[in-house]
This record gives sequence, structure tokens and C-alpha cells, in this order.
Amino acid sequence: MSVVEPAAVLPTCPTEIAVRMTGVWFGYDRRRPVLRGIDMAIPRGKLVAIMGGSGCGKTTILRLIGGQLRQQSGTITVAGQDVMALDREALFALRRRIGMLFQFGALFTDMSVFENIAFPMREHTELQEELIRDLVLMKLNAVGLRGAAQLRPAELSGGMSRRVALARAIALDPMLVMYDEPFAGLDPISLGIVGQLVRKLNDALGITSVVVTHDIYESLKIVDYIYFVAEGRIVAQGTPDEVRQSKDSFVRQFVDGEPDGPVPFHYPARAVTEEFA
Amino acid sequence: MSAERRQRQAAGAQRMPADSVTWALRRVGGHTLDSIERLGFAARFSVAVLMHLPGAFRRLQLTLREIYFSGVLSLVIILVSGLFVGMVLALQGYEVLTRYGANESLGILVALSLVRELGPVVAGLLFASRAGSAVTAEIGLMKTTEQLSAMEMMAVDPLARVVAPRFVGGVVSMPLLAALFSTLGVFGAYLVGVKLIGIDSGAFWGNMRAAVDFGHDILNGFIKSVVFGIAVSAIAVFEGYNARPTAEGVSTATTRTVVASSLSILALDFVLTVFMFRGVGVSA
Repeated sequence: MSVVEPAAVLPTCPTEIAVRMTGVWFGYDRRRPVLRGIDMAIPRGKLVAIMGGSGCGKTTILRLIGGQLRQQSGTITVAGQDVMALDREALFALRRRIGMLFQFGALFTDMSVFENIAFPMREHTELQEELIRDLVLMKLNAVGLRGAAQLRPAELSGGMSRRVALARAIALDPMLVMYDEPFAGLDPISLGIVGQLVRKLNDALGITSVVVTHDIYESLKIVDYIYFVAEGRIVAQGTPDEVRQSKDSFVRQFVDGEPDGPVPFHYPARAVTEEFA
Repeated sequence: MSAERRQRQAAGAQRMPADSVTWALRRVGGHTLDSIERLGFAARFSVAVLMHLPGAFRRLQLTLREIYFSGVLSLVIILVSGLFVGMVLALQGYEVLTRYGANESLGILVALSLVRELGPVVAGLLFASRAGSAVTAEIGLMKTTEQLSAMEMMAVDPLARVVAPRFVGGVVSMPLLAALFSTLGVFGAYLVGVKLIGIDSGAFWGNMRAAVDFGHDILNGFIKSVVFGIAVSAIAVFEGYNARPTAEGVSTATTRTVVASSLSILALDFVLTVFMFRGVGVSA
């Protein structure tokens, strides 16, 4: 019996650039574009963060990469495949190689933790039940929750839900994992755990990771590269060190948490003198 | 209030009639476009669900689970309601029939009322309130909590995994519940008519058996309940899937399911009755 090298079974991305977005425009309403010409390249095996204020279109970028939304113009390629050109079957085949962690876990509430992680395996493989059991427990062990296999999602804390969702996202050994606000609403300990898990899983499994977040401190600790998005455009980018030393006014406002600056405190409105006249 | 502001308001008031007409036209136009868009989406959704129906039978375990949730868990309200409706029908029917000396026809009155009309219609209304609203709320909450999106991102079609089994579960459950409703209704009428009032048991059952026709009455009642099951289930899954992903959106969708299902049942009942029993009373 031949021994298969781990690298051969790991479904790594076949292209150097795992995700490439070129001139992507998108709007839920054509008159108000959310994204205005996004250009982005996410290299294979890297952990990249997309940062920006609430409502700036970060999650929309993930949904476009996953093919849940279709851009109005521009191209998005994942592992060399133009997402918009894929038919339904090909898109689903691509999604089987992508894991996604949603903001609040999106665990199936009618299933146990074990069943949640077994779900993609049962849907897409013909594995024996014993093998599924072992794989699920291995995934849970990787996120430190093997002992919680039989709990229901309602019995989990926010941090535990996020870790279970992470285990589910890597259930099929994806080449790309997308994280939508993985740190939102977590206590400092859970936040540190999730952050480290994201980094370690990225390195251990040889996957590419895209993290959408506005948690600058946690991101600077774990990511390889950061894109800043504001008003639908990439306004700054760089490695964590470059970001720390950046003089860019937007980056400074974001890093220092200033309430006013390039991102204004006030929502656009009539002048105060006119409003209260 | 400043003079300038008062002037602006006065100017605004003068423009009101024209503005109001424009506003009203915009509202009507907007609602019309929304309705057309919604109708188009509903048509596409229905076709997509129909395409996924074979999948619901391949995922038999899931479909059986939905039959349990829609059917078995609705049993209490259906059985108790059927029993009481039958009992009340017997009391009211006896009171009227006695005036014409036809109290032994109570079995016929109750059975025909239940099998032809009350069984499918009242069971349908109860089914819409109990199971239809639950299906809408469940799918709506799955959407709100991104469970449907998660499924899509795992390359699993929510229409096949979530919607189709619930639709089939509802369609299968509804006729069974209507049949049980009618059965319990007849039993309730028997308790009141025979055991309480003292109508002859042989006359009660004998007249009923002679008057109720399987093809004309029972089969038509069954067809009605199947049609109501399809209508309620389709509305329930559509409203859930189309719900706005907010607490208010799910609440609105649930209400719409109950209202739209109830009105559909009543309207469909009239149409079906016209076709099924159109010979009744025409010659008179």
C-alpha cells in the first residue's frame, strides 16, 4: 500500500493567487454602489484581513468571492476560475473547496455540535459513519471542543459557537476559508483563542484565509496583509508593520480609534443652522 | 416658531394638493411594481420547489421528520377541534331537524357537512395557523441567522434541503389531518346525538352510510384537503424564504402566512365546491 504524502491530499489552491478581484463594482441598488472598483490579490497560503468601518462593504466582498452575489462589473477569480462565469454546478463544486465562518456562527440550531460538523461530510461524501465520527472529533479537537460534541448550539457561548463554526468551515479540508467578523462580540480570552486558531489552522492546513473584521488589534497580531476599505474603495493596504507605521489619515483614524476624521462622525445631513432655524 | 419657518410651512401647505397626488401615485406605482416583482419571484420560487420535489423523496428521513412536525404535532388541536365541531354540529343540527321531524337524518347532516366542507376547511385553517406559521417562522429565522446562507456556502441548496421536505411534509399531512378531523367530528356528533340526546344508533349510522357517497363526497373532500395542503405549504415556505431577515420581517411573514393561507383556503373552497357540487340545487 502506498503512503500518500500529506501535501498531496491537502487541497491547496492550484494558482499562486488564490483570490483576485479586478475593478469590481457592486451595489444592491444600481444607483448606490457599495463597492466602486475593488482591486485585490490574495496570495495562496496567506492570511489576509479586509478592514473598514461598519457598512463599508466588507461582508459584501466575501459574498462576491463565494458567488452568493454577482458583481455589476469587474472580475473575481478564485483558484483561477472566474466566479461569475461558473454555472450552478461548477459554482457548487468550487464552494465545496471553500469554507466560510459567519459572523455569529450560523450553526444549524436543530442539530447537535457533532451533527453540524458532520453535515457537509454527509452531504458531499460517501464516508462510512465510523470515519465521519473520527473526522468530526478530530475537527472538534483542533478547536478544543471535542468534549462539546453532543451539546446543542443553544448551549454554547459566543466563543464556543465561533469555534464550532470554524470546525465546520474546515470540515471538508478547504483550500480557502473566509471569516466574517470572527472576533465580533467575544470576550478577550475567546477572542485570543479564535485569533490563534485562525492563524494556526491557516499554517497547519496550508489554506488561504480571508478575514473580514474591524478588530484592528487582534488582526495586527495574526494576519500577513491588510486591506482597508472605505466608501467602496481600497483606501490603504500593507503588512501589519506598515500599517502600524502608516501616516495615512484613514489608517491612523482606524488604528487610533479617532471618532472623527476621513470617516466622519456625522451621517450626511443638512447644515445644523438650517435644520434648527 | 420663526416667521421664515411659518412661511415655509405655509408654502408647503399650498403645494400639498399637487404633492399629495404625486405622492399617492408614487405609492400606488411602487406597490404595483412590488406586487409584480413579488409575483414573479413567487412563480420562479414555485418552479424551483417543484424541480426539487424528487429530492425531498430522496431525503426521506428529512421529509418524515417534517411530516412529524407538521402532522403529528398538529394532532391535538385537530382532534380536539374536530370533536367539538362535531358535537356542536349535532346539537345545532338536531335543533333544526326536529322542527321538520327529520331528527334521524342527523348522521347524514353531520357527515356530509364534515366530509364535504368543515373537515377540509376547518382543518386547513387550523393547519395554516399551527403548522404553516411554524414553517414560515422556522425558515425565516434560519434566514435571519444566516443558516440558509451557510448552507449555500457549503454547496447545499436550501431549496432541496430545507424547503422541499417542508413542502412535501405539509402536503402529505394536511389530508390526513382533515380525515382525522372529520372522523372525530362524526364521533363527537355520535356522542351528542346518540348517547346524549338519544337518537337511534342504527338510524344514525345507517342513514349516514346510505347517504354518503365515497366518490362524490369523501373523494371530493379529500381532493379539497390536498389542494388546501398544497396552498398552505406553498405559502408557508415562500413567506419564510422571502422574509426580511429581521425580527420584524419574520413576524410579518408569519402573519402573512396565516392571513394568505386562510383567505386562499376560503376562496379555493368556493371554486372547488362550484366544480364538485355544481349539480346540487340547480334543478330546484
